[in-house]
Amino acid sequence: MKKLGLVVNPIAGMGGRVGLKGTDGPEALRRAIELGAEPVAPERAIAALERLIPLKDQIQLITYPGEMGESEARKCGFDPVVVGEVREGQTTAEDTKDAVRRMVELGVDLILFVGGDGTAGDIHDVVGNRVPVLGVPSGVKIYSAVFANTPEAAGEVAALFLSHGLPFREAEIMDIDEEAYRRDELAADLKGYASVPYEPIMMQAGKESSSGFETADQKAIARWMVELMERGRVYILGPGTTTRAVAEELGIYDSTLLGVDLIVDYRLMKKDVNERQILEAIEGRPASIIVSPLGRQGFIFGRGNQQISPGVIRKAGRKNIIVLATPQKLSLTPVLKVDTGDPALDGELRGYIPVITGYMQTHMVKVL
Amino acid sequence: MFRQARWGTDSGLEPLVFELSRQGRRGCAFRPERLSEVEIPENMRRTSLNLPELSEPEVVRHYTRLSQMNYCIDLVFYPIGSCTMKYNPKICDEMASLDGCTQVHPDQDESTVQGCLELMYRLERALAEITGMNRVCLHPAAGAHGELLGLLLIRAYHGWRGDARDEVIVPDSAHGTNFASAAMAGFRVKVIPSDARGRVDMEALEAAVSERTAAMMLTNPNTLGLFEDRILEIAELVHGAGGLLYYDGANMNGILGKARPGDMGFDVVHLNLHKTFSSPHGGGGPGSGPVGVSEKLERFLPVPLVQHDEKTGRYYLDYDRPDSIGKIKAFYGNFGVLVRAYTYLLMMGEEGLREATEAAVVNANYVRKKVSETRGFKPAFDCACKHEVVFSAEPLRRETGITARDVAKRILDYGMHAPTYYFPPIVPEALMVEPTETETKEELDRFVRAMHEIDRDARENPERLCSAPSATAIGRLDELRAAREPILSWRMYVKAGRS
Repeated sequence: MKKLGLVVNPIAGMGGRVGLKGTDGPEALRRAIELGAEPVAPERAIAALERLIPLKDQIQLITYPGEMGESEARKCGFDPVVVGEVREGQTTAEDTKDAVRRMVELGVDLILFVGGDGTAGDIHDVVGNRVPVLGVPSGVKIYSAVFANTPEAAGEVAALFLSHGLPFREAEIMDIDEEAYRRDELAADLKGYASVPYEPIMMQAGKESSSGFETADQKAIARWMVELMERGRVYILGPGTTTRAVAEELGIYDSTLLGVDLIVDYRLMKKDVNERQILEAIEGRPASIIVSPLGRQGFIFGRGNQQISPGVIRKAGRKNIIVLATPQKLSLTPVLKVDTGDPALDGELRGYIPVITGYMQTHMVKVL
Repeated sequence: MFRQARWGTDSGLEPLVFELSRQGRRGCAFRPERLSEVEIPENMRRTSLNLPELSEPEVVRHYTRLSQMNYCIDLVFYPIGSCTMKYNPKICDEMASLDGCTQVHPDQDESTVQGCLELMYRLERALAEITGMNRVCLHPAAGAHGELLGLLLIRAYHGWRGDARDEVIVPDSAHGTNFASAAMAGFRVKVIPSDARGRVDMEALEAAVSERTAAMMLTNPNTLGLFEDRILEIAELVHGAGGLLYYDGANMNGILGKARPGDMGFDVVHLNLHKTFSSPHGGGGPGSGPVGVSEKLERFLPVPLVQHDEKTGRYYLDYDRPDSIGKIKAFYGNFGVLVRAYTYLLMMGEEGLREATEAAVVNANYVRKKVSETRGFKPAFDCACKHEVVFSAEPLRRETGITARDVAKRILDYGMHAPTYYFPPIVPEALMVEPTETETKEELDRFVRAMHEIDRDARENPERLCSAPSATAIGRLDELRAAREPILSWRMYVKAGRS
């Protein structure tokens, strides 16, 4: 019998309608309630669970008490196993983490969570990529790639996963700085990677489907990228699993997944560098930037790789930007975006660019 | 009420010919004293042959039973999109089996096969006229082979001009062979997206062409069955950048006799004789993919070219072509297919070919209109199509969970072959239907009725679809396992422990 872990963040999304851009922290939550915010997570949880009702007798639902999953599950006719304890109306990130810790101990096959990037990040802190997770979108910030399109879609994907099985992919967990977000600045970091069921149509309007082979496609891209590399040129390698495949193709196994690394003459020159270090390294030398779209939004600059600053981009040269993306990735993000921090540079980067999608193969993709 | 013939034992289907083998059984008896000695080199001699041993009646029964279980065009409607499964006229087979076509060898002295050479020459002239090209090479054995030849000619052209170009532009709706052929010819492939109308995205194309563009490959009408209405602009753009334009002729049945690729600006064209010119196909060959070229590429064509000496009336094989890229196939092409195609052309005539195209387009649009009246199937694009129509079963899937694959398998239960599904990949739950011109209105209506019933069953009797097909010799196959554990020969079968 398959075990499904359900954890609902009851306050996720409350900051949205009242314009608070999130509810990370008790202060923000208090403000939201003052402004008349109503919980939205519970109804979204129910919308997702309704799609799992046909599997009611074939799966064991494990959840946290009250508004963190139990009440939503019972409303849908489930008889869940309830673990942990909670103080009504005062749930915190610690509760989310405790819930997930217990579920992992009980050997759940999938963690279905209701929340946003904050919740996804909390869960990731506990689970990493050891257990597959799937997000029911109910947050203000939904930049991570672990969410389905809609609550109903999340329920469908979970049902498919539990009944038929689905392949996995590694999906980015993005960490949005909420304070900056409130100041209308979007500063995102790549927090890590989660394991997510792959279903191209419901996780995002996808065009292609063959995810089991994504690692093969990454290897093909990496092999071609390595063939294109020239001696004496500094390659600024951005974060991500596809760029990591390039490092591995060169026999480099200690490159950073979340940071920016420098490769020269087929060797790792320096890893996890900041802007200053990049600028020093490329002073007076030809340089190329290798990036991959991160998260769901398809950003190639400005999310998780701010070290590759406008200064770096200008010094390396616009025509030395190389974008890598598997066809599966492109099906999730058919349009690419840029947010370098310099609007003029952003403007120059817009238009159609070639993206390496395979061995000796590129796709023309629009950058908005 | 359809039920496909099923020959088998309790444990499975008709055994393999190796399994029917019994040691010592013979089809014919040889008298050893009547055989002459043949010297076989030491290292080529074998001690055992491991060929199956059956009597003649056993062989006949075995293959007749298999043929009865073959879901074929001579039995059923076969609307596989882009394959152009039109009826194969028997007169073509009759002509191809004439002694003058079969009892000849390509190495015979030219003077003894003038008829064959004349046929090839006349066919070549006709295909050149049909496509608007200068000369045609009949050698390629398949469409993809023609693609490879076309790209090799393009590479030779740029090389000869001292202008090495290494990129080929291909639309994302293109058939997989386009990408593969370009890669095999040593080019980098640049894929451009289709726009919201299903045509080449001009903005993406403008960004894609450069001084590295060797060629752009296009199918017109494209794999969505839509005519690339901006083809003249596309040709100008590609030519302007110094590239050549390649025409994939898989969809020629949509325009034959009405429009010519040469007039649209294409420099190289391949045709699929087995599709458009109705040679039997669908079993992995033999096919024929002749390649037509404009004047600028003529010098690079493979040898030999069939020429006609006006003065003497003699037909001959011309090997004197110093800039030729060489040979791409043994001998001169799949002759049997060439004969069938030539017979078809003579039988149809110019007017007949034109009428056939018109009927093919009308049939596809009729099916388009009638099937779109269901709730679950919607044409992928909002405009009239050419000879084939692409539906999306996404509305059906969203409402009922029934997929295009389920639909395709269920169509088999109606005694019709399923259309192409999940291609082109840019349409979700795609079903590509190409009725061709050789179907009656009654047959088209049968197909339409089946689609309406399937649409209803998806809502009311989904189990009929999930378990389909059930009226065929074999039920639904485990495609995943077949892809992961392919058993393609007797040797592999034995090795897998299945014998």
